[in-house]
Formats: sequence, C-alpha cells, structure tokens
Amino acid sequence: MKKIEAIIKPHRLEDVKDALNKLGVAGLTAYEVKGYGRQKGHTEVYRGAEYTVDFRPKVKIEVVVDDDLAKQVEDAIIETARTGKIGDGKIFTYDCEAAVRIRTGERGPEAL
Amino acid sequence: MPAIDFGDTAFILMSAALVLFMTPGLALFYGGLVRSKNVLSTTMHSFFAMGIISVIWAVVGYTIAFGGSDGPLGAFIGSFEHVGLAGVVGDVTGTIPTPVFAMFQGMFAIITAALITGAFAERIKFSAYAIFIALWSILVYSPLAHWVWGGGWLMQRGALDFAGGTVVHIASAAAALAGAVVVGKRKGYGTANFQPHNLPMTVLGAGILWFGWFGFNAGSALAANELAGTAFMATHLSASAAMLSWLALEKYQHGKATTLGAASGAVAGLVGITPAAGFVGPMAAIAIGLVTGALCFFGISLKNRFGFDDSLDVVGIHGVGGTVGALLTGVFATVAVNEAGANGLLAGNASLMLEQLIGVVATIAFSFVISFGLFKAIDVVIGLRPEEAEEEIGLDQSEHAETGYVL
Repeated sequence: MKKIEAIIKPHRLEDVKDALNKLGVAGLTAYEVKGYGRQKGHTEVYRGAEYTVDFRPKVKIEVVVDDDLAKQVEDAIIETARTGKIGDGKIFTYDCEAAVRIRTGERGPEAL
Repeated sequence: MPAIDFGDTAFILMSAALVLFMTPGLALFYGGLVRSKNVLSTTMHSFFAMGIISVIWAVVGYTIAFGGSDGPLGAFIGSFEHVGLAGVVGDVTGTIPTPVFAMFQGMFAIITAALITGAFAERIKFSAYAIFIALWSILVYSPLAHWVWGGGWLMQRGALDFAGGTVVHIASAAAALAGAVVVGKRKGYGTANFQPHNLPMTVLGAGILWFGWFGFNAGSALAANELAGTAFMATHLSASAAMLSWLALEKYQHGKATTLGAASGAVAGLVGITPAAGFVGPMAAIAIGLVTGALCFFGISLKNRFGFDDSLDVVGIHGVGGTVGALLTGVFATVAVNEAGANGLLAGNASLMLEQLIGVVATIAFSFVISFGLFKAIDVVIGLRPEEAEEEIGLDQSEHAETGYVL
C-alpha cells in the first residue's frame, strides 16, 4: 500500500476529490493548512499598515491506496490540481505498512 | 409643568435604545480588529461599560452633567440636587419625561467611555481599565457634558455641538491618546503581525454603529420633529460621502479599495457630522463627509509619525474626525436650517469659528490632562499592564479565563 499526500490550492479540492472517486479511491482526508514554498507569501494592507503574510492557505489531502493504483492517483491529482501558475503544490508518496478497519478488524488492502 | 408630548417621548425612548445598541456594535467593530487571543477582552471593554457607566450615571454622572448651573461652580459642573437621580421621576424636560431624557443621555456616557478602549486594546489589565473608565466618566465626561449641554461655560459662549463632536469624540480621543502614551506599545509592536482577525465582524459592527447613530444624532433634537429629520438626513449623507472619499484615497494610495476602509470611512463620516447634524443642510453634510473621510484617512498615520500605539485608531478617526467636524460646523452652520443654532463662516459669521476652536482646544486639554493623570495614578497603585507572558498568551485567557473561539 502507498500513502499519498498532496498539498494543493484550496479551490482545486472538489475536482481532485471527484477524480479520485472515479478511480475508485474509497476514502480521503483533507486538512486546511498553511505553508510556503517557492510561491512565498503576499502583502496585505489594513488601514495603511502593511503586513507580509508568509504562510499561504493550502489544502493537504491524504489517501492510502493499493500499490498498483498509486501512479494513477498521482496522475489524477496532477491533472486536476494543476493551474500552471506558481503555488500549485506538491505530491509526496510513502510506503504504508499497515491499515486496519477499526469496526471489523480487517487488515491490509481489505481495510481501505 | 410643561405638557408631555407622546410622539416626542416615543421617539426619544427608541433613540435611547438605538444609542445603547451602538456599544455592542462598537464591541464588534473593535473586536474584529484585534488578534483572536484578545477578542473577548476587547469585547468586554465595551460591554462592561454598559454595566459600570450606567450605575455611575444614575448615582452622580447625571447630576454633574445636568444639575443646575446656578452655584459658584455652575459654569463647570452641575449642582448635586439629582444625586441618585433624585427628583427625576415625575419631572419633565422639554416635552419628554425626565427619566427618558436621563436615560437617553446616559447611553451617550456609555459609548463615549467605550470608544477610548481602542487605544489600549490587547495590553491592559481589566481591573485597571475598570477603575479608569469609572473615574473618567465622573471626572471628565460628566463635566464636559455640563459645559456643552448642561448650561456650562461653552454653551453660554455659544459653541455649537449638536450631538457630541467635542463631548463624545474629541473627549474620548484625547483620553485615548493619553492611554496609548502611558500604557505603552503592545508587545511586539513593529515586528509582530497585528493583522485584524475577523473583518466581517468589524464591518457588521460598523453597520450597527451607523444604525445606532440615527438615534444619537436625530435623537439629539429631543423631539420627533423637522429638526430630527434634518439631522437624520445629514447623518446618513455624511457617512456615505466619507466612505467614498476614504475608498478613493485608499485606491489611489494602495491600489485596492478595502472593506476595512469602507467601514472606517463610514464611521469617520458619522463622527464628522455629529456636532453639525442639526445645523447644516444636505449638501453641506456631504461636503463634511467628504472632507472628514479624507482627513481621517491621513489621520490614522499620525500614530506612526509620532510613535504611539493607538491600536484601533481612536485618535485618527474620533480625534481627527471630531475636530474636523467641530470646525466645519463653524463653516457650514446656518440658521436657515436651525433657528436655535447660529450662522457659520459661509453665512458670513466668522466669530462662530473661534467659539468652535475654543471648544475643541478646551476639550482636548481638559480630557488629556485628567486622563493622563488617571492613567499614571492607576499605574502607580495597581499597575496598568499584565505580565509580559500574560500579554503573550492573550488577555482572553490571562484576564478572563476564557477563549473566544473553540475548535
């Protein structure tokens, strides 16, 4: 099994979710996160006072899938999350050692 | 005893409730501008004023402001025949029952004290704040209200202040300046990020202030009559015009028109028209709004030039706006609008300008000096500021043991 984490632009979340659904990915976790990469922050002005906002709002999604689905999931995220502008995010894929469905005790890919 | 007018009474009862509603509106306006760890302490500064100032007003505030002016000190404070609101029930003021008048005026005392709190938001002990506004209301607000409205020396000289440009806005801003100076800057000033945490709250608060201001200004006619309608119209037009001039300058200087700019500009216009509302026509009101909005836009940068941390711009908006409004009243006032008023510069009377200036200077000096002394004294006796670590975790937790947003 592989765990795939992706940091994406918040407004792309719905499309990414739909694409993963179509691939048969059964579950997805999403967080609202803040961070910066090469995009860096931006400036906001309140009553003339300028503040540099270093951390930009992003969404981080996590899915765990069978090994043979991992490449397709990555491709689907790339396709749906890409806008072509700076700040589109990153994908990280890891080996996942175990998965358990708490309700039934099923283990491994069966639990996904 | 003069006759009670039922229409006037109904209108002033409603106006009093509107003016009270400005204070929770101010709590939202200020609360949205601070960091989330101080949202409750900032809200409490305004909301608590509704408790403490009301009781103080009933016990001594009202009589200092509206007691008789006959005694040796009559030009400066009212006599003490109405301590504990004695003699108020059953009496009539103008065409309304005196309890209605006393409550209407009491709501002004509350909002004025609450306005000051923007200057020292995020860094004052609640106990120190409570003592300060209690004493300030007795020693500064009530005497000033007597000077201008209660038959005191400014009223006798003929200065015009329809609804409280000097008494409310200049007085609170002078106290705010003293507070910002004596309390000192917020920890991290100049380096930390003081970005407002909830602007929708601030804009809603500005809307409530605008709504309540109709009671404040139109209600200051103390009757449901033509003058109230004139003041209502002037109030509304000035707020609208000031929003436009603020936004235009903001767009020009920073490239974007902001919601905070729209809210700030509207409040500036409401402050500017307050002394003038019952003395000027609609086009003068728009002119006052445009000028006040523009000058307050520049006014909020004074704190950077002079290096004081007036966190929420009480000086920049209420001080500058109140002063500009008081002086422009001396320009635009005309007896064609209000026979009981006076003619200003444009109607050929330059002397009103001098009276307005005297009112402004006297109010700033009186409020600043006493406020400065009060802050210094409280600092010596119990201390104004929480420990640094307490300021760091936020006053909501350290002063009130609460959290504004639980997720």
